[in-house]
Amino acid sequence: MTFNPGGLPVKYFSPSTIEEAVELLSSGPNRRVFAGATDVVPQMRSGRPAPDGLIDLKGIERLISVTDTGSMWVIGAAAPTVRLTSNPAFVASFPGLAEASGLIGSDQVQSRSSLGGNLCNSSPAADSVPALFANRARAVIASGAGTRTIAVQDVPTGPGRTSLAPGEFIIEFEIDRPTTNSGDAYFRLTPRTEMDIAVVGAGARVDLDGAGTISSATLALGAVAPTVVRVPDAEAALLGAALTNGAPSDDVLAAVAAAASAACNPIDDKRGTIKYRRHVAGVLARRSILAAIARASAA
Amino acid sequence: MSTKTHVTCIINGDETDFLTEDGESLLNALRDEVGLTGAKEGCGTGDCGACSIIMNGDLTASCLVFAPEAQCSTIVTVEGLADGDHLHPLQQCFLEGAALQCGVCTPGFLVASKVLLDRNPNPDDTEIRYALAGNLCRCTGYDKIVRAVKEAAVQLRENGKVQA
Amino acid sequence: MTIAEDPATTNPGYKWVGTRPIRPDGFEKVTGRAKFGADLYLPGMLHGAVLRSPHAHAKILSIDTSEAEAMAGVKSVITGDDFPPAMGKEKDMASNTIARDKVLYEGHVVAAVAATSRAQARAALDAIKVTYEVLPHVLTVDQAMAAGAPVLHDGMLTKGSEPAATEPSNVASRVIYQGGDLDKGFAEADVVVEHEFTTKPVHQGYIEPHAAVADTTPDGRSTVWCSSQGHFAMRTYSAQVLGWDSGRIRVIPAEIGGGFGGKTVIYLEPLAIKLSQKAGRPVKIVMSRDEVFRATGPTSGSRMTAKIGATKDGKITAADVHLWFEAGAYAGSPVGAAAMCCLAPYKVENFTIEGFDVVVNKPRVAAYRAPGAPISGFAVESVMDEIAKSIGMDPIEFRLANVVEEGDTATYGPKFPRIGYKETLEAIKNHPNYQEPLGPNQGRGIAVGFWFNAGMNSSATVNVNEDGTVNVLTGSPDIGGSRASMALMAAEELGVDVARISPNVADTATVGFNDVTGGSRTTLATGGAVVNACRMIIEDLRGRAAKQWDVAADQVEWVDGQAQMVDGSQPPLSLADIAKGWARTGGPIAASASLNARGVGAGFSTQMCDLEVDPETGVVTIVRYTTAQDAGRAIHPSYVEGQFQGGVAQGIGWALNEEYVHNADGVMENAGFLDYRMPVASDLPMIDTVIVEVPNPGHPYGVRGVGEVGIVPPLAAVANAVDSATGKRICHLPLSPIRILDALLEG
Repeated sequence: MTFNPGGLPVKYFSPSTIEEAVELLSSGPNRRVFAGATDVVPQMRSGRPAPDGLIDLKGIERLISVTDTGSMWVIGAAAPTVRLTSNPAFVASFPGLAEASGLIGSDQVQSRSSLGGNLCNSSPAADSVPALFANRARAVIASGAGTRTIAVQDVPTGPGRTSLAPGEFIIEFEIDRPTTNSGDAYFRLTPRTEMDIAVVGAGARVDLDGAGTISSATLALGAVAPTVVRVPDAEAALLGAALTNGAPSDDVLAAVAAAASAACNPIDDKRGTIKYRRHVAGVLARRSILAAIARASAA
Repeated sequence: MSTKTHVTCIINGDETDFLTEDGESLLNALRDEVGLTGAKEGCGTGDCGACSIIMNGDLTASCLVFAPEAQCSTIVTVEGLADGDHLHPLQQCFLEGAALQCGVCTPGFLVASKVLLDRNPNPDDTEIRYALAGNLCRCTGYDKIVRAVKEAAVQLRENGKVQA
Repeated sequence: MTIAEDPATTNPGYKWVGTRPIRPDGFEKVTGRAKFGADLYLPGMLHGAVLRSPHAHAKILSIDTSEAEAMAGVKSVITGDDFPPAMGKEKDMASNTIARDKVLYEGHVVAAVAATSRAQARAALDAIKVTYEVLPHVLTVDQAMAAGAPVLHDGMLTKGSEPAATEPSNVASRVIYQGGDLDKGFAEADVVVEHEFTTKPVHQGYIEPHAAVADTTPDGRSTVWCSSQGHFAMRTYSAQVLGWDSGRIRVIPAEIGGGFGGKTVIYLEPLAIKLSQKAGRPVKIVMSRDEVFRATGPTSGSRMTAKIGATKDGKITAADVHLWFEAGAYAGSPVGAAAMCCLAPYKVENFTIEGFDVVVNKPRVAAYRAPGAPISGFAVESVMDEIAKSIGMDPIEFRLANVVEEGDTATYGPKFPRIGYKETLEAIKNHPNYQEPLGPNQGRGIAVGFWFNAGMNSSATVNVNEDGTVNVLTGSPDIGGSRASMALMAAEELGVDVARISPNVADTATVGFNDVTGGSRTTLATGGAVVNACRMIIEDLRGRAAKQWDVAADQVEWVDGQAQMVDGSQPPLSLADIAKGWARTGGPIAASASLNARGVGAGFSTQMCDLEVDPETGVVTIVRYTTAQDAGRAIHPSYVEGQFQGGVAQGIGWALNEEYVHNADGVMENAGFLDYRMPVASDLPMIDTVIVEVPNPGHPYGVRGVGEVGIVPPLAAVANAVDSATGKRICHLPLSPIRILDALLEG
């Protein structure tokens, strides 16, 4: 077992087009795309087998762009998350996703971390992923066969695993702009205020109809199962719920919390216990839904 | 037989070049090849901020950057904060406010604080504390650091030296 | 030689002492110039790397280094066979430095290499083949003391056990302090509170990993640059491990990036010296953070019981405390100090304090700020808080009702001289923060702490320059601003501007011996040596002026940095005037002083923590924190406050989140700053400080050590505040959200 890091035997590539990146990725047995390397470096240093080629996606303009097309936001998979949190129009559109993105490490990390990396590292605790799920984001995937678009929800398949085939990588995310009064929110539980990994995370999105009742709600939980999970029972309980003083009834909220706790399939690990995660998932589900409702009501 | 890559960039205003293995960190390249040892390795995993630099305008953990990524970039390190023998107000306020004890985290705090004040000339305590949450200090309990950053912000505002 | 006595102890009319000048080493540190351990580069330098055990406990059957040695760029490879057998006084340190027949914890050094690049050194480690026979391991005191537990050290018989131990065990020693009659004391009590406590190992958490550069010449002499809390200790220990004379090793101190006790022992130095000797080139070894966690520090995990009785009106009648401390792989936990400190703030007649030092398959513990005292303090102060609550007494009044003062006999033996403990209690009682109302889910906790502080050995040399400026040399690494204190004391003594004093930390070849910067001793003891050397200089200066004026030396006095005739009959001569003419009065002006410091002043701290608990998640937010500590005399008040604040911050981290997490195989699971959760800036409020100054009669300026005692109260202050906020007495650290929520859900 070795502990000392050093110059790692790996080749660095910086393609400037998607086609070039596709070519590079398929031309070696153990190549890997990266954006900020905020997970790659710690993994390489911890002694995991290093890739022999690292393909830096940040040289491809499309992969670091953040654009409002009018009907949707298109976010380059390698765009540093600081480009989201420092973009007032994006923050106004998706404050919850912006907050979640801003929790991926410190400011020193925010200039490196990306939504593509956060998703494809496929940690169940990734902060931006519940917020991407909640906002029904889509991932555009490139490969030698061209591009295809799938729901972000269909990307992670387990800790460290995704549904992407060898040779595929995500180039951007699409998130539809809300057409009604809408709000999103992300809450996480960490022992420290910053610089920490979610013990539980909860991302919520609520849309209100003209009458002020909930026309759509999505809730996704992080760090409580092998992947981020949606909570359909909570979403169903919220659908059509009327608001009194800006909140659904206590019964509905209790149902949301109970559904969230029930949706958990957690493990005991160094960061949390099964019991704790189940309980707090319910608490954060309620808090994130209430925050999303408050934002939707103010929209 | 050499597998090294030649990197050219601007460091503290000067065009600089160095050779590096591709898998080497920018932190090690700055320290070993360029001779700038102000940035420190406290963890090597982006969790302590001792290696903070400003890269293309963004606060960055240089331990997470592969050295070849620095090609054509603009980098500021702690060695670039003072203007000749004229200390940056943050440096002066850290000294006067005893905001360092052992001093090993200090370069990272100064660099992170500069980025904060460039962006937000009048931060409150909470904003300072969250902006510096990526920098670990084990000596001070952060109290005097937060006060020094606030004082530097006052001086920078009074001197009109805050960059846009 | 003792530190000179001075009636000025009670006279605060100082010109320099108590002021806050910019520290002399500050400019280097804010501009990135300061050279810490890893910042030194020598021509031809090789990179060293260390192979460590993946097993918590195993026999080393064989080590095959042949493949590594044959690799391109690999210049030397060493194993335990390159060192003399581990024996004598520093036997444990020797085998901790590099394992011989057995590895005793995950991370224990097995071999080391030096190569022309880091990558090649790392590749060479991978090429070393080690065959282990894995042995069963023990991770806690209970596992270590269980019947049939694997014994780490074959010949270890418990020292101090009654009756004498005859069978080897994992209990290295037992200490006991007793007084009065426990049964009688408990019989007199109206209320008795008893709890069992546990704590986990925690790391000092200095930001700078250990680093050493060694350049060993073919004649077997080595120059070593390293960051440590004591370069003389690095020399002594390295010499012992290598079987060399100390004089063959010169250690040059780098700036040190934090230590907190953890850099008082060797890890890399002998490895770098030996690798350099074999390679014939300088070698640098720098630890990764992972290595720092797995193989250095930490302080002990523990199990404890504390049973204390008191009367309704708040008099403690009996205390029965038992401590079992993890030592890590070798004997030497701080259980003795923990036993001595925990009841020291209380007047208690009937008591027993028993402690056991227990070895386990974890890294060997190292000193950590007031070693042991925070741990035992957590148990005792938690129980004291509950007693005060149960008799309806204010926690500060309860402590005042049992306070120790000058002349009282401490539970660990000696009589207290003048101490400022009571004054710290009153300072908190009278602090406006103590009257601040608490909001919903908020609680307030009070705890006190005691630490002896150390004296030990120090030397200083004072050289007057030809223009009257002054160089002060000590051998005490400056870890938190001590150069500033040395300069202030020299300025005060000599009567010259502090800006004319250059304080330096000199290497082992250029200044007399100094013990480590630890035990809160540097300002007291090394400062005492500086004061003594300055007074020797003044005697010399008076003699030189007398010679110039052709009068007896007793006709000359030294006032405000000048020699003057008692009768005012000559124009005064400044230090610069006398220096200018030194060739005519006896040559250059210099003095060295060495001492074994006596008159150490004990440290006491009283602290108050206000916090809020999220009742749904168990997350704690520290709302307000106030600490009052007796500094004796604050030489540079800013750095005194800094010591108070730093100790509190570490204590809060220890209380809330920090812990070593080991899996069942004895492998550490959180060996990084992400999962070993030290407080970040946004976790803490401002830390309000009150510097209490009850001068230490044993020091010319009344100095008491200030570095350590501040970390003693926070563990219990936080736990007591959690109890105040939630009604839950939690006796196990850390007080993580999980543990607190578990307690809340119990109902």
